[in-house]
Amino acid sequence: MSQAHRLPSPIINSENKPFWDAAQNNQLTLKFCNGCNELHYYPRTICPHCGSDDTVWVESKGLGEIYSYTVMRRGVEFPFAMAYVRLNEGISILTHLTNCDFDGLKIGQKVRVVFQETQDGMKTHLFEPLK
Amino acid sequence: MSFATNACIAGIYEHPLRVAPNHTVAQLHAEVARGALLDAGLTLNDVDAYFCAGDAPGMGPISMADYLGLKKLSYLDSTDTGGSSYLAHVNHAARAIATGQCRVALITLAGRPKSEGSSGTQVRSQYAGAPDFAFEKPYSPAPLNMYAMCAMRHMYEFGTTSEQLAWVKVAASHHAQHNPNAALKDVLTVEDVLSSPMIADPLHRADCCVVTDSGGALIVVHPDIAKTLKKPVITMMGAGESTKGQMGGKVDLTYSGLAWAAPRAFAEAKLTPEQIRYASIYDSFTITVLIQLEDLGFCKKGEGGRFVEGGQLISGKGKLAFNTDGGGLCNNHPANRGGMTKVIEAVRQLRGEAHPAVQVPNLEFALASGIGGALGSRHGAAALIMGRLQ
Repeated sequence: MSQAHRLPSPIINSENKPFWDAAQNNQLTLKFCNGCNELHYYPRTICPHCGSDDTVWVESKGLGEIYSYTVMRRGVEFPFAMAYVRLNEGISILTHLTNCDFDGLKIGQKVRVVFQETQDGMKTHLFEPLK
Repeated sequence: MSFATNACIAGIYEHPLRVAPNHTVAQLHAEVARGALLDAGLTLNDVDAYFCAGDAPGMGPISMADYLGLKKLSYLDSTDTGGSSYLAHVNHAARAIATGQCRVALITLAGRPKSEGSSGTQVRSQYAGAPDFAFEKPYSPAPLNMYAMCAMRHMYEFGTTSEQLAWVKVAASHHAQHNPNAALKDVLTVEDVLSSPMIADPLHRADCCVVTDSGGALIVVHPDIAKTLKKPVITMMGAGESTKGQMGGKVDLTYSGLAWAAPRAFAEAKLTPEQIRYASIYDSFTITVLIQLEDLGFCKKGEGGRFVEGGQLISGKGKLAFNTDGGGLCNNHPANRGGMTKVIEAVRQLRGEAHPAVQVPNLEFALASGIGGALGSRHGAAALIMGRLQ
């Protein structure tokens, strides 16, 4: 089951710290660019769509659907489900799927964000199917 | 001055070992360099350009140039786009030769992932300093899961099946049976592939390439030099390179960077996919081949599964002969980087030096393509088109 896999911790740096600070408060954040009015993920200081430095942190509603996924069954200590989730805001994010039957996953399935502790006690975002 | 016929591939060498526990990586680089120079009929003293990627020990090309004894270098390049690096190196070497910056370029690759216990299910250490890895580390991105998600999406969008993916491995195994050095020599059926263990849905163990030690090398030369050598003259005709990533979150797993790189290579070579009868297509996984076939223009996007069904990639049987050495899927994937062996087998085919059972008769043109890094997140892509001077 998914809870058997202990997630490695993210790498915190000065550029991404606001993202991880928000995650500790169960908030999934993205960057929005005032130069091109586009969101991006993973968050950067300079917008990867237009090159503007006028980017601001925004909170995602944390709802979306599975764009693609795989279940790692071998060569790992415990199986886990990796996915790209396409957020309702329109951009996709690499994550794990949890609180689910790995054999029942489907592309297009509706999911929502949940936060789980990593090996070092830092919280990171995962997604679970909507019931 | 046109690119075509301004540089030639004059030397090739693939190390015969697949497990090399008693070699150092530097030693393997030296052995393949020596092999390629002997194949070309040239010596170390002829080399004035050196190319290597991240598999070479030391800082860029500096340690290896010194170790190998290269004393006359006027051109260096350590571009690293993972397994596609060596295709890029051939392109860069050809441009440098065409503009007079060098005349004899040596490209080497070597590594020992088999002896060091490497697996495609492991997170790769070279990601450690990347800005993306800071966000992705909790999720253990590894070659297997990054390619598996591409396969899953391809199946969802286009109806591609596991049986169709299996046909890619089956074709490679038909070729590998004739290669005495191949890591896997058994001919497989679709059922064999599907009954191998599921590693990362929907990829089975047999959908994956082998992990092997050793390496390979290439010699790219000015045409004036190529014409003095004994081997058939193999000319560069066109090349294209690109990278593709997550595009700021606008993720699309259905195509690779070859969708941009391949049209440039064909335009430069003034050829179309219909004129290519042999292609070395990077085969880290079966899905890697399927997506490249589409991006190279051998079939429309989404039709790769139908294109490969029934053995259409088997030399002498299908419409396009691919990876007649057995490819990375069965023969060799040295240093976890398959681009070098792609070029080598394409040159063997053009020279008429492939195994008689898989040799494409009277071959004029050949293509080699590569995807390096992770198809599902960030990768380099390159395509080369070569021809035999008549």
